[in-house]
Amino acid sequence: MIFDQIFFYLFSAVLVAAAVMVVTSRNPVHSVLFLILCFFNAAALFLIAGAEFLAMILLIVYIGAVAVLFLFVVMMLDIDFSQLRAGVQRYAPIGAVIGVILLLELVLVVGGWRFSASAPALRLNPAVAGISNTDALGRVLYTQYAFLFETAALVLMVAMIGAIVLTHRDRRRSRYQNIAEQIARQPADTMTMLDLPIGVGVKQLGILRPKPKLAALPAPAEAPVQLASDHRVPEPITRVEG
Amino acid sequence: MPLSVSHYLVVSAILLVIGIFGIFMNRKNVITIMMSIELMLLAVNLNLVAFSGALGDLTGQVFTMFVLTVAAAEAAIGLAIVVTYFRNRGSIAVEDVNLMKG
Repeated sequence: MIFDQIFFYLFSAVLVAAAVMVVTSRNPVHSVLFLILCFFNAAALFLIAGAEFLAMILLIVYIGAVAVLFLFVVMMLDIDFSQLRAGVQRYAPIGAVIGVILLLELVLVVGGWRFSASAPALRLNPAVAGISNTDALGRVLYTQYAFLFETAALVLMVAMIGAIVLTHRDRRRSRYQNIAEQIARQPADTMTMLDLPIGVGVKQLGILRPKPKLAALPAPAEAPVQLASDHRVPEPITRVEG
Repeated sequence: MPLSVSHYLVVSAILLVIGIFGIFMNRKNVITIMMSIELMLLAVNLNLVAFSGALGDLTGQVFTMFVLTVAAAEAAIGLAIVVTYFRNRGSIAVEDVNLMKG
């Protein structure tokens, strides 16, 4: 199975290179795109390891949702990223030292480990031969781990509600009824009974409506201009009931 | 040399170290720190899947799914906090996050 190894080395080389670029790239948009490349190659490694379903989940959930979410946030926020990278030169040596120490520890672990002799006997859910990976995973997940599965669903729902609550802005865009004002409105506030002389137009008398108190309120923006010019600003009524 | 678990272990160890290095290097940029955390979780997932494949035990893959779930939830909540914080303070630099005087 020489192809296994060739593809393994290819994908893991690209994976590591892309991970380095995620961390060191100047532009965060490039970082996110390299993160997507990382996930693609990790999915390929999952396929080589025999976890087909998880490889597809990685593609759908991680690239389709999480990475795109990162991309949205990076592009949506107006951040001066060059200013954020100001301290990189200062922090890089500390990071390198800690990284090297951790890598040495991991090398010690990887160099010295071996499978316990009883490991095959200790398997909880041995893979069943003859059925697909998705099928086998489903049989385990929906029976033995059903409770954990529903807990995971709960975690996702809490995260969804939390994200919505955090980012939701209650903008007053629509017009509401002010019910108390409507109920408290009296006929005398808006209506006057006038005794007009016969044959005189209402315009000459200067009793155009709305009443001055209401006219002082800002006119609605969507009122046509032509109507506004037709209604001169009404002067206060001097003559009431001759 | 045929493929063994050690191959996967080496790759995921390198990935984990790159993630930690990224956290230390981008101390100011929350978004890059979160991407580094994603890289580290990916390394963990790779380990789980490698052992699951080598031993023929499905438990590792089941737990990889749970890790994926938690990582997705963490990314969603974290990015929501970043967006809210940016709206309030106009900055996401880690040093400016001192509202709670911690």
